[in-house]
Amino acid sequence: MIDIEIDGKKLKAEQGDMIIEVADAHDIRIPRFCYHKKLSIAANCRMCLVDVENSRKPLPACQTPVADGMVIRTASALARDAQKAVMEFLLINHPLDCPICDQGGECELQDVAMGFGRDVSRFTEGKRVVADKNIGPLIATDMTRCIQCTRCVRFGREIAGIRELGAVGRGEHMKISTFIEQSVDSEVSGNIIDLCPVGALTDKPARFKARAWEMRQTDSVSPHDCIGANLHVHSVRGKVIRVVPQENEAVNEVWLADRDRFSHHGLSGSNRLLAPMLRQDGEWRETDWETGLAAAAEGLRKVVANHGGVELGALASASCTTEEYYLLQKLMRGLGTQNIDHRLRLGDFSQQSHEPLYPELGVDLADLELLESTLLIGADLRKEQPIAALRLRKATRSGRVVSIHDRQVYDNFDLTRDIRIDTGDYLPRLASLASALLDRIRDQDGPLDVRVPDGVDQLLKDYPADDEAASAAEIIATGERKAVIVGLGALEHSSAGHIKRMAGLIARLAGASYGQFSHGGNSAGAWLAGAIPHRGPAGAEVSSNGLDAKTMLTQQQQGLLLLNTEPGKDSAWPEAARQTLEAAEFVVSLTPFADDEAFDYADVILPVGGFTETSGTYVNVNGRWQTFRGAVAPPGQARPAWKVLRVLGNLLELKGFEYVSSEEVLANVQGRLDAEGEKVRPKWQCPEELPTGGRVPDPQNIYAVDHIVRRSAVLQATSDGQDRSAAKRPNLSPFHNIMGLP
Amino acid sequence: MSAETRPLTDMLSADAMARIDAWIAKFPADRKRAAVLSALRIAQAENDNYLSEPLMKAVADYLEIPRIAVFEVATFYTMYHLERPGRHVVSLCTNVSCMLAGSDRLLQVFREQYGIEPGETSADGRITLKEVECMAACGGAPMCEVGQQYHENLTTESLTTLLEGLD
Repeated sequence: MIDIEIDGKKLKAEQGDMIIEVADAHDIRIPRFCYHKKLSIAANCRMCLVDVENSRKPLPACQTPVADGMVIRTASALARDAQKAVMEFLLINHPLDCPICDQGGECELQDVAMGFGRDVSRFTEGKRVVADKNIGPLIATDMTRCIQCTRCVRFGREIAGIRELGAVGRGEHMKISTFIEQSVDSEVSGNIIDLCPVGALTDKPARFKARAWEMRQTDSVSPHDCIGANLHVHSVRGKVIRVVPQENEAVNEVWLADRDRFSHHGLSGSNRLLAPMLRQDGEWRETDWETGLAAAAEGLRKVVANHGGVELGALASASCTTEEYYLLQKLMRGLGTQNIDHRLRLGDFSQQSHEPLYPELGVDLADLELLESTLLIGADLRKEQPIAALRLRKATRSGRVVSIHDRQVYDNFDLTRDIRIDTGDYLPRLASLASALLDRIRDQDGPLDVRVPDGVDQLLKDYPADDEAASAAEIIATGERKAVIVGLGALEHSSAGHIKRMAGLIARLAGASYGQFSHGGNSAGAWLAGAIPHRGPAGAEVSSNGLDAKTMLTQQQQGLLLLNTEPGKDSAWPEAARQTLEAAEFVVSLTPFADDEAFDYADVILPVGGFTETSGTYVNVNGRWQTFRGAVAPPGQARPAWKVLRVLGNLLELKGFEYVSSEEVLANVQGRLDAEGEKVRPKWQCPEELPTGGRVPDPQNIYAVDHIVRRSAVLQATSDGQDRSAAKRPNLSPFHNIMGLP
Repeated sequence: MSAETRPLTDMLSADAMARIDAWIAKFPADRKRAAVLSALRIAQAENDNYLSEPLMKAVADYLEIPRIAVFEVATFYTMYHLERPGRHVVSLCTNVSCMLAGSDRLLQVFREQYGIEPGETSADGRITLKEVECMAACGGAPMCEVGQQYHENLTTESLTTLLEGLD
């Protein structure tokens, strides 16, 4: 630590810190445009000039490292003069169109101009004009407003990894542009909207919809992947206008995937269901809640009465709230059935009793960027959990990644080994890798620091290590921080249970952490709340296992309750699911949408709110419980799903449905966890043999993962949404001096 | 990004590829980007003195860098031409020294006699005018470069004669 002084305050600073970092940490405000804590230093805007004692001229605070005894003045006459002069230069070409600019009111240039700008311009020459570009459906451009800070360029180069924007031309003719004219196709492109300090890049679908100061901000959580990115939902008069990131270093840093940012259009811009609907004599009729709920309760009761509880089941999407899952399972179990599931894309349930309390990544999201070696099994992070891909990209600056996948995936980081296999070859390949790790352990002199579980030698004897396995083993066994991570592709495999066990063995032999990503935004919450057929809330034992999602959907089922899911699109067996649902005696669906596929096969459809319209809790893949409130009320007569389930419980005269708030439901779940959660402690058990072959369903498009995303017109209009993603990955941008890393 | 892009090896002669490879070899293996200036120069010389869009894409792919990174370089330096230039490229300096010494009047010569602005080519395809930054010949301001030859202390008359003398 060294001693410095800023504006008369004596401060301690770390050698190598830049002046602006120390000032920011102590709430000393230095104006800036190009500096951003998550990006490399460009020092090209010169706005952060400060007065450093014994320096002949003002120095940029973002690029000047502190030195022992340094005396800095951020607001002396010299500093202020320099800052005002820079401001005047920046305003030479910046248009004065704030009244029609979406950034107005939340504009860094506007704010800084208030503090450092002159009230009159001395500049009488013409301002430069730059033609706007069409860079896709998500981002509006107004390039005349650009002040060339290059934050957007650096974001692509350093964070996203695939660089689409650049600074083209020279001097006064320099402008931010793509190669010739093309769209920005990154799955995290929306972040350049937040980064842009002026109104050059703004949220296209939110354009001209509201002014910054009119909007109400509500904290929320993204439901589309197991990261649980923290959101600020901005609304005006009960309508969501846009979504921006809420900073959380442990989860999403300052970034959002486009799916998190633009999915809300699937709720606000789609055909919403405004009243309960009843099918009578083959015709859909609008009805009131009383009639709708009574019909739903009556239908469910009848199925149980006529066919027994085994013929009744409930299916929920993997993105419902923990409270909804809890009430849904309570309802089902109250009606005498264990048939409840949210795992619509899984194909192998044979090993489910060996699963831990909830699906967990095994490594903190924030620590992904520190991993020295990573083994990804069937993972396509960029399209499945884009925020995790950004983290792992940082790790690849010095760490190494091995990926095993049955199809070509295009990561935004370099793979040290890219092992392509047939769908049926996961297990032999993993077993061979385990053999290679075992060989490495046995080759070492001295006592073994890994205990090899019983039966492993017997299991692996048919799968000797080949050269490829040996070289991959060398990578994943090296280093201190190591992780083995199973992705969605492998989880959907028809032998997923054994793949996970082999992955667990590899992790153990490599001394790595073991974990998995999971579907939707709240698979963890579903497991914890008991929305699975073989365990109750908090992992409680059940009298007998119910039917899993695959069995319910592919075999006959007389009564089904659907919560926020369209199995014909969400599940891995779309055709069979449709047939089952069409043949069922009674189907009730809780959905926000008037164009839900349930209108083809259901008997009662009840309108519920989406994630911006309900309170609830998502549990992410690190077991982080994130509770949020509704930002706006659901439209028409739609109600939060937890309330609908509660009233259904009341109508069915089930015990324990007297909740008045979602917090009470949550407290109930957490109470169960404290009492029982510790009991689930699965041990790794050696399988007796490995199944052969296997299949995986077609992967889901990044913008087709749930019923909300599918209805977001702007996401569907992107090249990912249109499935026009490049046949070949563009070249990755090499690493530069990325900031924010140890 | 897709199959329509031909690789650089198909677009340039073996000799040109060998010279580009020689440049790449001068830098560490993961810093092929460092060879971008030379690669563009060599590529341009074999493509009627200009860099077409497919050519820039091919250079980017060959050096394994983002296409926009090549485009940035190609648009920054005035010796790269993004459109097919005339037989003679006249680079006229309009920086401070040349401006003070009357480069504005020289620009006027191009306007009046050939009807072209900076960046344009005369109707007969003979002359392309480029407005460039300082070429380190302030002592002989105002100046221009034709091809690779400097011409200093220009007047409207000497410039007119010079331009008329070009074939």
